[in-house]
Amino acid sequence: MSAQTVVSLGGVSKEFGKGGVVALQDVDLEIGPGEFVSLIGPSGCGKSTLLRIVGDLIQPSTGNVVVNGKSAHQARVDRDYGIVFQDAVLFDWRTVARNIGLPLELAGWNREKRRGRVQEMLELVELTGFESHHPWQLSGGMQQRVSIARALSFDPPLLLMDEPFGALDEMTRERLNLELLRIWQASGSTVVFVTHSISEAVFLSTRVVVMSPRPGRITGIVDVDLPQPRSFRTREEPRFAELVRDVRRALRRGGGFEAEEDDHEEERLIVAEEGL
Amino acid sequence: MTAAVTRRLADWAPAVVVFLLGIALWEGYTRGADVEQFLLPPLSEILQTLWEDRETFVSAGWFTFKEALGGFVIGCSAAILVALVLARWRGLGRAVMPYAIAANAIPIIAFAPITNNWFGLLNPLSKMVIAAVLCFFPVLVNTLRGLTSVRPSSIELMRSYACGEVEIFRRVRIPTALPFIFSALKIATVLAMIGAIVGDYFGGSQEALGILIRRSAGIFAFQEAWAAIVVASVLGILFYGSVALAERLAMRWQPSARVE
Repeated sequence: MSAQTVVSLGGVSKEFGKGGVVALQDVDLEIGPGEFVSLIGPSGCGKSTLLRIVGDLIQPSTGNVVVNGKSAHQARVDRDYGIVFQDAVLFDWRTVARNIGLPLELAGWNREKRRGRVQEMLELVELTGFESHHPWQLSGGMQQRVSIARALSFDPPLLLMDEPFGALDEMTRERLNLELLRIWQASGSTVVFVTHSISEAVFLSTRVVVMSPRPGRITGIVDVDLPQPRSFRTREEPRFAELVRDVRRALRRGGGFEAEEDDHEEERLIVAEEGL
Repeated sequence: MTAAVTRRLADWAPAVVVFLLGIALWEGYTRGADVEQFLLPPLSEILQTLWEDRETFVSAGWFTFKEALGGFVIGCSAAILVALVLARWRGLGRAVMPYAIAANAIPIIAFAPITNNWFGLLNPLSKMVIAAVLCFFPVLVNTLRGLTSVRPSSIELMRSYACGEVEIFRRVRIPTALPFIFSALKIATVLAMIGAIVGDYFGGSQEALGILIRRSAGIFAFQEAWAAIVVASVLGILFYGSVALAERLAMRWQPSARVE
Protein backbone atom coordinates (compact mmCIF):
# COMPACT_ATOMS: atom_id res chain seq x y z
CA MET A 1 0.00 0.00 0.00
CA SER A 2 1.38 3.39 -0.94
CA ALA A 3 0.95 6.47 1.24
CA GLN A 4 -1.14 7.86 -1.57
CA THR A 5 -3.98 5.40 -1.05
CA VAL A 6 -7.28 6.40 0.56
CA VAL A 7 -8.82 2.92 0.49
CA SER A 8 -6.80 -0.25 0.28
CA LEU A 9 -8.46 -3.68 0.31
CA GLY A 10 -6.35 -6.84 0.33
CA GLY A 11 -7.90 -10.31 0.01
CA VAL A 12 -11.17 -9.21 1.56
CA SER A 13 -13.81 -11.95 1.94
CA LYS A 14 -17.11 -11.94 3.71
CA GLU A 15 -19.25 -14.88 4.64
CA PHE A 16 -22.57 -14.17 6.33
CA GLY A 17 -23.17 -16.69 9.08
CA LYS A 18 -21.17 -19.90 9.44
CA GLY A 19 -21.06 -21.72 6.12
CA GLY A 20 -23.63 -19.24 4.85
CA VAL A 21 -23.76 -16.94 1.87
CA VAL A 22 -20.37 -15.89 0.52
CA ALA A 23 -21.03 -12.22 -0.15
CA LEU A 24 -17.46 -11.35 -1.12
CA GLN A 25 -14.46 -13.43 -2.13
CA ASP A 26 -10.88 -12.25 -2.34
CA VAL A 27 -11.43 -8.61 -3.19
CA ASP A 28 -8.34 -6.49 -3.86
CA LEU A 29 -8.79 -2.82 -4.62
CA GLU A 30 -6.79 0.37 -4.19
CA ILE A 31 -8.41 3.78 -4.44
CA GLY A 32 -6.26 6.89 -4.64
CA PRO A 33 -7.03 10.39 -3.40
CA GLY A 34 -9.44 12.40 -5.51
CA GLU A 35 -10.70 9.34 -7.39
CA PHE A 36 -14.36 8.77 -8.10
CA VAL A 37 -14.81 5.00 -8.10
CA SER A 38 -18.12 3.28 -8.82
CA LEU A 39 -18.90 -0.26 -7.74
CA ILE A 40 -21.38 -1.77 -10.16
CA GLY A 41 -22.95 -5.20 -10.41
CA PRO A 42 -26.25 -7.03 -10.16
CA SER A 43 -28.08 -7.46 -6.86
CA GLY A 44 -26.24 -9.84 -4.58
CA CYS A 45 -22.73 -9.10 -5.88
CA GLY A 46 -21.77 -7.71 -2.50
CA LYS A 47 -21.22 -4.09 -3.52
CA SER A 48 -23.20 -2.70 -0.57
CA THR A 49 -21.42 -5.11 1.75
CA LEU A 50 -18.05 -3.96 0.39
CA LEU A 51 -18.99 -0.32 1.00
CA ARG A 52 -19.92 -1.15 4.60
CA ILE A 53 -16.67 -3.01 5.14
CA VAL A 54 -14.79 0.12 4.06
CA GLY A 55 -16.97 2.09 6.51
CA ASP A 56 -16.34 -0.40 9.36
CA LEU A 57 -20.08 -1.03 9.66
CA ILE A 58 -19.49 -4.70 8.81
CA GLN A 59 -16.39 -6.74 9.68
CA PRO A 60 -14.77 -8.76 6.88
CA SER A 61 -14.32 -12.49 7.51
CA THR A 62 -10.76 -12.31 6.19
CA GLY A 63 -8.50 -9.76 4.57
CA ASN A 64 -7.03 -6.34 5.19
CA VAL A 65 -8.82 -3.02 5.09
CA VAL A 66 -6.86 0.23 5.30
CA VAL A 67 -8.70 3.53 5.13
CA ASN A 68 -6.83 6.82 5.09
CA GLY A 69 -3.66 5.06 6.24
CA LYS A 70 -5.24 3.40 9.30
CA SER A 71 -7.52 0.54 10.22
CA ALA A 72 -11.14 0.88 9.07
CA HIS A 73 -12.17 1.02 12.72
CA GLN A 74 -9.80 3.86 13.54
CA ALA A 75 -10.94 5.70 10.41
CA ARG A 76 -14.55 5.46 11.54
CA VAL A 77 -13.70 6.63 15.05
CA ASP A 78 -11.75 9.56 13.55
CA ARG A 79 -14.74 10.35 11.30
CA ASP A 80 -12.70 10.04 8.14
CA TYR A 81 -15.70 9.37 5.91
CA GLY A 82 -19.18 10.66 5.27
CA ILE A 83 -21.89 8.27 4.11
CA VAL A 84 -25.02 8.71 1.97
CA PHE A 85 -27.68 6.01 1.66
CA GLN A 86 -30.42 5.35 -0.87
CA ASP A 87 -32.96 6.93 1.44
CA ALA A 88 -31.81 10.30 2.68
CA VAL A 89 -32.06 9.30 6.40
CA LEU A 90 -32.98 12.79 7.52
CA PHE A 91 -34.51 13.19 10.95
CA ASP A 92 -37.98 14.71 10.74
CA TRP A 93 -37.66 16.39 14.13
CA ARG A 94 -34.66 18.38 12.96
CA THR A 95 -34.70 21.27 10.51
CA VAL A 96 -32.58 21.09 7.37
CA ALA A 97 -29.87 23.14 9.09
CA ARG A 98 -29.84 20.91 12.17
CA ASN A 99 -29.77 17.77 10.03
CA ILE A 100 -26.71 19.05 8.20
CA GLY A 101 -25.15 20.12 11.50
CA LEU A 102 -25.71 16.76 13.23
CA PRO A 103 -22.19 15.38 12.69
CA LEU A 104 -20.74 18.74 13.75
CA GLU A 105 -22.85 18.64 16.91
CA LEU A 106 -21.58 15.13 17.64
CA ALA A 107 -18.02 16.32 17.07
CA GLY A 108 -18.58 19.06 19.65
CA TRP A 109 -18.50 22.15 17.43
CA ASN A 110 -20.03 25.21 19.08
CA ARG A 111 -23.20 26.85 17.76
CA GLU A 112 -21.46 29.73 16.01
CA LYS A 113 -19.01 27.53 14.16
CA ARG A 114 -21.80 25.14 13.22
CA ARG A 115 -24.00 27.87 11.82
CA GLY A 116 -21.23 29.19 9.58
CA ARG A 117 -20.40 25.73 8.29
CA VAL A 118 -24.01 24.80 7.65
CA GLN A 119 -24.45 27.98 5.59
CA GLU A 120 -21.45 27.03 3.45
CA MET A 121 -22.88 23.55 2.93
CA LEU A 122 -26.30 24.92 2.00
CA GLU A 123 -24.60 27.07 -0.63
CA LEU A 124 -22.63 24.09 -1.90
CA VAL A 125 -25.79 22.03 -2.51
CA GLU A 126 -27.78 25.10 -3.58
CA LEU A 127 -30.34 24.98 -0.81
CA THR A 128 -29.75 28.41 0.74
CA GLY A 129 -33.02 29.64 2.21
CA PHE A 130 -34.23 26.18 3.17
CA GLU A 131 -32.36 25.96 6.49
CA SER A 132 -35.45 26.14 8.68
CA HIS A 133 -37.55 23.79 6.57
CA HIS A 134 -38.27 20.29 7.81
CA PRO A 135 -37.35 17.27 5.67
CA TRP A 136 -40.97 16.41 4.82
CA GLN A 137 -41.30 19.82 3.17
CA LEU A 138 -38.63 18.96 0.58
CA SER A 139 -38.73 16.91 -2.62
CA GLY A 140 -36.82 13.61 -2.80
CA GLY A 141 -33.99 15.22 -4.77
CA MET A 142 -33.65 18.07 -2.29
CA GLN A 143 -33.63 15.62 0.62
CA GLN A 144 -30.78 13.74 -0.98
CA ARG A 145 -28.86 17.01 -1.43
CA VAL A 146 -29.30 17.70 2.30
CA SER A 147 -27.98 14.22 2.98
CA ILE A 148 -24.90 14.92 0.81
CA ALA A 149 -24.36 18.26 2.56
CA ARG A 150 -24.48 16.47 5.92
CA ALA A 151 -21.98 13.84 4.76
CA LEU A 152 -19.55 16.53 3.61
CA SER A 153 -20.15 19.02 6.46
CA PHE A 154 -17.17 17.85 8.50
CA ASP A 155 -14.94 17.76 5.42
CA PRO A 156 -14.13 14.03 5.43
CA PRO A 157 -11.46 12.87 2.99
CA LEU A 158 -13.73 10.03 1.85
CA LEU A 159 -17.37 9.96 0.76
CA LEU A 160 -19.21 6.61 0.66
CA MET A 161 -22.45 6.53 -1.33
CA ASP A 162 -24.83 3.55 -1.48
CA GLU A 163 -27.13 3.99 -4.51
CA PRO A 164 -27.89 7.55 -3.43
CA PHE A 165 -30.02 8.36 -6.47
CA GLY A 166 -31.63 4.93 -6.88
CA ALA A 167 -35.03 6.09 -5.70
CA LEU A 168 -35.21 9.23 -7.85
CA ASP A 169 -36.71 9.73 -11.28
CA GLU A 170 -34.37 9.81 -14.29
CA MET A 171 -34.43 13.59 -14.80
CA THR A 172 -33.72 14.40 -11.16
CA ARG A 173 -31.06 11.73 -11.20
CA GLU A 174 -29.17 13.23 -14.15
CA ARG A 175 -29.34 16.70 -12.64
CA LEU A 176 -28.03 15.42 -9.30
CA ASN A 177 -25.29 13.49 -11.11
CA LEU A 178 -24.00 16.77 -12.51
CA GLU A 179 -24.35 18.46 -9.17
CA LEU A 180 -22.47 15.66 -7.44
CA LEU A 181 -19.58 16.01 -9.89
CA ARG A 182 -19.41 19.75 -9.21
CA ILE A 183 -19.45 19.10 -5.43
CA TRP A 184 -16.82 16.39 -5.77
CA GLN A 185 -14.50 18.72 -7.65
CA ALA A 186 -15.13 21.58 -5.21
CA SER A 187 -14.53 19.43 -2.12
CA GLY A 188 -11.63 17.39 -3.47
CA SER A 189 -12.72 14.29 -1.58
CA THR A 190 -12.49 10.72 -2.76
CA VAL A 191 -15.79 9.06 -3.62
CA VAL A 192 -16.81 5.38 -3.55
CA PHE A 193 -20.17 5.11 -5.26
CA VAL A 194 -22.40 2.02 -5.38
CA THR A 195 -24.90 1.88 -8.23
CA HIS A 196 -26.57 -0.54 -10.58
CA SER A 197 -26.98 1.98 -13.36
CA ILE A 198 -24.32 1.48 -16.02
CA SER A 199 -24.67 4.95 -17.54
CA GLU A 200 -24.60 6.61 -14.13
CA ALA A 201 -21.40 4.76 -13.24
CA VAL A 202 -19.69 5.74 -16.50
CA PHE A 203 -20.88 9.34 -16.36
CA LEU A 204 -19.66 9.97 -12.80
CA SER A 205 -16.56 7.90 -12.37
CA THR A 206 -12.89 8.02 -13.02
CA ARG A 207 -12.95 4.23 -12.64
CA VAL A 208 -15.74 1.68 -12.74
CA VAL A 209 -15.26 -1.52 -10.73
CA VAL A 210 -17.41 -4.31 -12.15
CA MET A 211 -18.56 -7.01 -9.73
CA SER A 212 -20.31 -10.37 -10.13
CA PRO A 213 -22.40 -12.42 -7.76
CA ARG A 214 -22.05 -15.87 -6.25
CA PRO A 215 -19.57 -15.37 -4.83
CA GLY A 216 -19.25 -11.58 -4.97
CA ARG A 217 -15.95 -10.62 -6.60
CA ILE A 218 -14.34 -8.06 -8.87
CA THR A 219 -14.40 -9.24 -12.48
CA GLY A 220 -13.24 -6.14 -14.30
CA ILE A 221 -12.15 -2.55 -13.97
CA VAL A 222 -12.92 0.06 -16.64
CA ASP A 223 -10.92 3.29 -16.63
CA VAL A 224 -13.13 6.17 -17.67
CA ASP A 225 -11.10 8.66 -19.69
CA LEU A 226 -13.93 11.09 -20.42
CA PRO A 227 -12.68 14.68 -19.97
CA GLN A 228 -13.63 16.76 -16.93
CA PRO A 229 -15.75 18.71 -16.31
CA ARG A 230 -18.55 16.59 -17.64
CA SER A 231 -21.86 18.01 -18.80
CA PHE A 232 -25.22 16.98 -20.22
CA ARG A 233 -23.39 16.61 -23.55
CA THR A 234 -21.02 13.98 -22.15
CA ARG A 235 -23.71 11.31 -22.43
CA GLU A 236 -24.07 12.06 -26.14
CA GLU A 237 -20.38 11.57 -26.99
CA PRO A 238 -19.29 8.44 -28.89
CA ARG A 239 -16.63 7.72 -26.26
CA PHE A 240 -19.37 7.56 -23.60
CA ALA A 241 -21.22 4.92 -25.62
CA GLU A 242 -18.00 2.91 -26.00
CA LEU A 243 -17.34 2.96 -22.27
CA VAL A 244 -20.93 1.92 -21.51
CA ARG A 245 -20.39 -0.98 -23.90
CA ASP A 246 -17.14 -1.94 -22.13
CA VAL A 247 -18.87 -2.01 -18.75
CA ARG A 248 -21.75 -4.05 -20.18
CA ARG A 249 -19.27 -6.57 -21.58
CA ALA A 250 -17.45 -6.82 -18.28
CA LEU A 251 -20.78 -7.39 -16.54
CA ARG A 252 -21.75 -10.06 -19.05
CA ARG A 253 -18.40 -11.83 -18.70
CA GLY A 254 -19.02 -12.02 -14.96
CA GLY A 255 -22.45 -13.51 -15.53
CA GLY A 256 -24.11 -10.32 -14.35
CA PHE A 257 -26.95 -10.61 -16.81
CA GLU A 258 -27.75 -14.21 -15.98
CA ALA A 259 -28.01 -13.95 -12.26
CA GLU A 260 -31.51 -13.66 -10.97
CA GLU A 261 -30.74 -12.78 -7.42
CA ASP A 262 -33.23 -11.94 -4.75
CA ASP A 263 -33.17 -8.14 -4.74
CA HIS A 264 -33.33 -7.80 -1.00
CA GLU A 265 -31.23 -10.72 0.11
CA GLU A 266 -28.06 -8.69 0.63
CA GLU A 267 -30.01 -6.01 2.44
CA ARG A 268 -31.49 -8.62 4.79
CA LEU A 269 -28.10 -10.19 5.44
CA ILE A 270 -26.59 -6.78 6.25
CA VAL A 271 -29.39 -5.91 8.67
CA ALA A 272 -29.03 -9.26 10.42
CA GLU A 273 -25.24 -8.97 10.57
CA GLU A 274 -25.27 -5.50 12.07
CA GLY A 275 -28.06 -6.45 14.48
CA LEU A 276 -30.20 -3.56 13.28
CA MET B 1 -55.23 36.05 10.19
CA THR B 2 -58.97 36.64 10.10
CA ALA B 3 -59.24 34.19 7.24
CA ALA B 4 -57.48 31.56 9.35
CA VAL B 5 -59.79 32.23 12.28
CA THR B 6 -62.86 31.93 10.07
CA ARG B 7 -61.57 28.66 8.67
CA ARG B 8 -60.91 27.33 12.15
CA LEU B 9 -64.45 28.23 13.19
CA ALA B 10 -65.78 26.53 10.09
CA ASP B 11 -63.75 23.41 10.96
CA TRP B 12 -65.19 23.29 14.46
CA ALA B 13 -68.76 24.25 13.61
CA PRO B 14 -70.07 20.72 12.86
CA ALA B 15 -68.74 19.38 16.18
CA VAL B 16 -70.26 22.29 18.11
CA VAL B 17 -73.61 21.77 16.40
CA VAL B 18 -73.60 18.06 17.32
CA PHE B 19 -72.71 18.95 20.92
CA LEU B 20 -75.58 21.44 21.25
CA LEU B 21 -77.99 19.05 19.53
CA GLY B 22 -77.00 16.27 21.94
CA ILE B 23 -77.68 18.47 24.96
CA ALA B 24 -80.99 19.68 23.55
CA LEU B 25 -82.03 16.11 22.79
CA TRP B 26 -81.12 14.95 26.32
CA GLU B 27 -82.93 17.82 27.99
CA GLY B 28 -85.94 17.72 25.66
CA TYR B 29 -86.37 13.94 25.77
CA THR B 30 -86.04 13.53 29.57
CA ARG B 31 -88.54 16.34 30.16
CA GLY B 32 -90.86 15.75 27.19
CA ALA B 33 -91.13 11.96 27.58
CA ASP B 34 -91.13 12.23 31.37
CA VAL B 35 -88.26 9.79 31.80
CA GLU B 36 -87.93 8.34 35.31
CA GLN B 37 -85.22 9.95 37.46
CA PHE B 38 -83.44 6.66 38.07
CA LEU B 39 -83.09 6.07 34.35
CA LEU B 40 -81.81 9.47 33.30
CA PRO B 41 -82.36 12.82 35.01
CA PRO B 42 -82.49 15.98 32.85
CA LEU B 43 -79.06 17.54 32.33
CA SER B 44 -80.13 20.85 33.85
CA GLU B 45 -81.03 19.15 37.14
CA ILE B 46 -77.74 17.26 37.21
CA LEU B 47 -75.84 20.49 36.68
CA GLN B 48 -77.91 22.22 39.36
CA THR B 49 -77.10 19.49 41.89
CA LEU B 50 -73.47 19.73 40.87
CA TRP B 51 -73.46 23.48 41.45
CA GLU B 52 -75.27 23.36 44.79
CA ASP B 53 -72.94 20.77 46.26
CA ARG B 54 -69.86 21.81 44.30
CA GLU B 55 -67.44 21.61 47.24
CA THR B 56 -68.15 17.93 47.86
CA PHE B 57 -67.92 17.05 44.19
CA VAL B 58 -64.76 19.01 43.54
CA SER B 59 -62.95 17.58 46.57
CA ALA B 60 -64.09 14.02 45.72
CA GLY B 61 -63.00 14.56 42.12
CA TRP B 62 -59.62 15.87 43.23
CA PHE B 63 -59.17 12.94 45.63
CA THR B 64 -59.79 10.36 42.91
CA PHE B 65 -57.85 12.32 40.31
CA LYS B 66 -54.79 12.18 42.58
CA GLU B 67 -55.17 8.38 42.71
CA ALA B 68 -55.41 8.25 38.92
CA LEU B 69 -52.49 10.64 38.41
CA GLY B 70 -50.31 8.74 40.87
CA GLY B 71 -51.07 5.46 39.10
CA PHE B 72 -50.48 7.08 35.70
CA VAL B 73 -47.08 8.44 36.70
CA ILE B 74 -45.94 5.20 38.34
CA GLY B 75 -47.27 2.91 35.58
CA CYS B 76 -46.10 4.99 32.62
CA SER B 77 -42.62 5.74 33.93
CA ALA B 78 -42.08 2.09 34.83
CA ALA B 79 -43.31 1.04 31.37
CA ILE B 80 -41.02 3.51 29.57
CA LEU B 81 -38.01 2.43 31.65
CA VAL B 82 -38.69 -1.26 31.00
CA ALA B 83 -39.19 -0.54 27.28
CA LEU B 84 -35.81 1.22 27.15
CA VAL B 85 -34.13 -1.80 28.76
CA LEU B 86 -35.89 -4.27 26.45
CA ALA B 87 -35.02 -2.18 23.38
CA ARG B 88 -31.37 -2.03 24.41
CA TRP B 89 -31.09 -5.78 25.08
CA ARG B 90 -33.23 -7.22 22.34
CA GLY B 91 -32.72 -10.86 23.39
CA LEU B 92 -34.30 -10.05 26.72
CA GLY B 93 -37.09 -8.25 24.88
CA ARG B 94 -37.80 -11.30 22.73
CA ALA B 95 -37.97 -13.45 25.88
CA VAL B 96 -40.31 -11.15 27.78
CA MET B 97 -42.54 -9.53 25.15
CA PRO B 98 -44.91 -12.44 24.48
CA TYR B 99 -45.89 -12.33 28.14
CA ALA B 100 -46.30 -8.55 28.12
CA ILE B 101 -48.57 -8.80 25.09
CA ALA B 102 -50.56 -11.61 26.72
CA ALA B 103 -50.81 -9.58 29.94
CA ASN B 104 -52.18 -6.73 27.87
CA ALA B 105 -55.23 -8.92 27.21
CA ILE B 106 -55.91 -9.65 30.88
CA PRO B 107 -58.82 -7.67 32.40
CA ILE B 108 -56.58 -6.18 35.07
CA ILE B 109 -59.46 -4.35 36.68
CA ALA B 110 -60.52 -7.77 38.02
CA PHE B 111 -57.60 -7.53 40.44
CA ALA B 112 -59.01 -4.43 42.13
CA PRO B 113 -60.47 -6.30 45.16
CA ILE B 114 -57.11 -8.04 45.57
CA THR B 115 -55.05 -4.84 45.59
CA ASN B 116 -57.52 -3.45 48.11
CA ASN B 117 -56.49 -6.37 50.31
CA TRP B 118 -52.80 -5.93 49.62
CA PHE B 119 -52.50 -2.24 50.36
CA GLY B 120 -55.57 -1.58 52.51
CA LEU B 121 -58.96 -0.32 51.51
CA LEU B 122 -58.33 3.26 52.61
CA ASN B 123 -54.79 3.51 51.30
CA PRO B 124 -54.80 5.49 48.01
CA LEU B 125 -51.93 3.23 46.94
CA SER B 126 -54.39 0.35 46.44
CA LYS B 127 -56.09 2.39 43.68
CA MET B 128 -52.84 3.76 42.29
CA VAL B 129 -51.51 0.24 41.82
CA ILE B 130 -54.54 -0.81 39.78
CA ALA B 131 -54.31 2.36 37.69
CA ALA B 132 -50.55 1.86 37.29
CA VAL B 133 -50.87 -1.76 36.13
CA LEU B 134 -53.63 -0.75 33.70
CA CYS B 135 -51.34 1.94 32.22
CA PHE B 136 -48.23 -0.21 32.23
CA PHE B 137 -48.82 -2.72 29.43
CA PRO B 138 -50.12 -0.54 26.60
CA VAL B 139 -47.37 2.02 27.28
CA LEU B 140 -44.72 -0.72 27.39
CA VAL B 141 -45.84 -2.37 24.15
CA ASN B 142 -46.19 0.91 22.25
CA THR B 143 -42.95 2.42 23.51
CA LEU B 144 -41.00 -0.69 22.64
CA ARG B 145 -42.55 -0.72 19.18
CA GLY B 146 -41.55 2.91 18.73
CA LEU B 147 -38.01 2.41 19.96
CA THR B 148 -37.47 -0.50 17.60
CA SER B 149 -39.19 0.93 14.52
CA VAL B 150 -36.12 2.95 13.59
CA ARG B 151 -34.95 2.46 9.99
CA PRO B 152 -31.73 0.40 9.88
CA SER B 153 -29.97 3.09 7.83
CA SER B 154 -30.53 5.63 10.64
CA ILE B 155 -28.56 3.41 12.98
CA GLU B 156 -25.86 2.85 10.36
CA LEU B 157 -25.59 6.61 9.93
CA MET B 158 -25.10 7.14 13.66
CA ARG B 159 -22.53 4.33 13.80
CA SER B 160 -20.66 5.95 10.93
CA TYR B 161 -20.24 8.93 13.27
CA ALA B 162 -18.82 6.52 15.88
CA CYS B 163 -21.86 7.02 18.16
CA GLY B 164 -22.47 4.62 21.02
CA GLU B 165 -25.81 3.16 22.10
CA VAL B 166 -26.60 6.01 24.51
CA GLU B 167 -26.18 8.58 21.76
CA ILE B 168 -28.27 6.47 19.36
CA PHE B 169 -31.08 6.22 21.91
CA ARG B 170 -30.94 9.90 22.73
CA ARG B 171 -30.81 11.22 19.20
CA VAL B 172 -32.65 8.62 17.13
CA ARG B 173 -34.60 5.96 18.99
CA ILE B 174 -36.35 8.16 21.55
CA PRO B 175 -37.38 10.91 19.11
CA THR B 176 -38.64 8.20 16.72
CA ALA B 177 -40.63 6.62 19.55
CA LEU B 178 -42.24 9.88 20.75
CA PRO B 179 -45.41 9.65 18.62
CA PHE B 180 -45.89 6.02 19.79
CA ILE B 181 -45.28 6.99 23.42
CA PHE B 182 -47.72 9.88 23.33
CA SER B 183 -50.53 7.89 21.77
CA ALA B 184 -50.03 5.29 24.51
CA LEU B 185 -49.98 7.99 27.20
CA LYS B 186 -53.28 9.33 25.94
CA ILE B 187 -54.84 5.87 26.22
CA ALA B 188 -53.25 5.57 29.67
CA THR B 189 -55.00 8.72 30.98
CA VAL B 190 -58.34 7.06 30.30
CA LEU B 191 -57.23 3.76 31.81
CA ALA B 192 -55.88 5.51 34.91
CA MET B 193 -59.22 7.23 35.52
CA ILE B 194 -61.08 3.95 35.03
CA GLY B 195 -58.67 2.18 37.39
CA ALA B 196 -59.07 4.77 40.14
CA ILE B 197 -62.87 5.00 39.96
CA VAL B 198 -63.53 1.27 39.62
CA GLY B 199 -60.97 0.71 42.39
CA ASP B 200 -63.11 2.99 44.55
CA TYR B 201 -66.20 0.93 43.70
CA PHE B 202 -64.70 -2.02 45.54
CA GLY B 203 -64.38 0.09 48.66
CA GLY B 204 -62.29 3.04 49.71
CA SER B 205 -62.23 6.41 51.39
CA GLN B 206 -65.53 8.23 51.87
CA GLU B 207 -63.93 11.18 50.09
CA ALA B 208 -63.46 9.28 46.83
CA LEU B 209 -65.49 9.96 43.71
CA GLY B 210 -66.16 6.29 43.01
CA ILE B 211 -67.55 5.83 46.51
CA LEU B 212 -69.71 8.92 46.05
CA ILE B 213 -71.16 7.50 42.81
CA ARG B 214 -71.85 4.10 44.35
CA ARG B 215 -73.33 5.50 47.53
CA SER B 216 -75.59 7.99 45.74
CA ALA B 217 -76.87 5.36 43.34
CA GLY B 218 -77.43 3.01 46.29
CA ILE B 219 -79.75 5.48 48.01
CA PHE B 220 -81.54 6.48 44.79
CA ALA B 221 -79.90 9.92 44.74
CA PHE B 222 -79.44 9.66 40.99
CA GLN B 223 -78.83 13.34 40.41
CA GLU B 224 -75.85 13.15 42.79
CA ALA B 225 -74.57 10.00 41.07
CA TRP B 226 -74.87 11.67 37.67
CA ALA B 227 -73.24 14.85 38.92
CA ALA B 228 -70.28 12.78 40.12
CA ILE B 229 -70.13 11.06 36.73
CA VAL B 230 -70.03 14.47 35.05
CA VAL B 231 -67.11 15.43 37.31
CA ALA B 232 -65.31 12.19 36.42
CA SER B 233 -65.89 12.82 32.71
CA VAL B 234 -64.65 16.41 32.84
CA LEU B 235 -61.55 15.33 34.77
CA GLY B 236 -60.91 12.52 32.27
CA ILE B 237 -61.22 14.91 29.33
CA LEU B 238 -58.93 17.49 30.98
CA PHE B 239 -56.39 14.78 31.77
CA TYR B 240 -56.44 13.51 28.19
CA GLY B 241 -56.35 17.06 26.85
CA SER B 242 -53.30 18.03 28.87
CA VAL B 243 -51.36 15.02 27.58
CA ALA B 244 -52.49 15.87 24.03
CA LEU B 245 -51.26 19.43 24.60
CA ALA B 246 -47.91 18.15 25.89
CA GLU B 247 -47.70 16.02 22.75
CA ARG B 248 -48.22 19.05 20.52
CA LEU B 249 -45.59 21.01 22.40
CA ALA B 250 -43.09 18.15 22.33
CA MET B 251 -43.57 17.42 18.63
CA ARG B 252 -44.02 20.81 17.03
CA TRP B 253 -41.94 19.54 14.13
CA GLN B 254 -44.68 17.13 13.06
CA PRO B 255 -46.59 17.90 9.87
CA SER B 256 -49.90 17.45 11.71
CA ALA B 257 -48.89 19.93 14.42
CA ARG B 258 -47.81 22.73 12.14
CA VAL B 259 -49.29 26.19 12.64
CA GLU B 260 -50.73 27.71 9.50
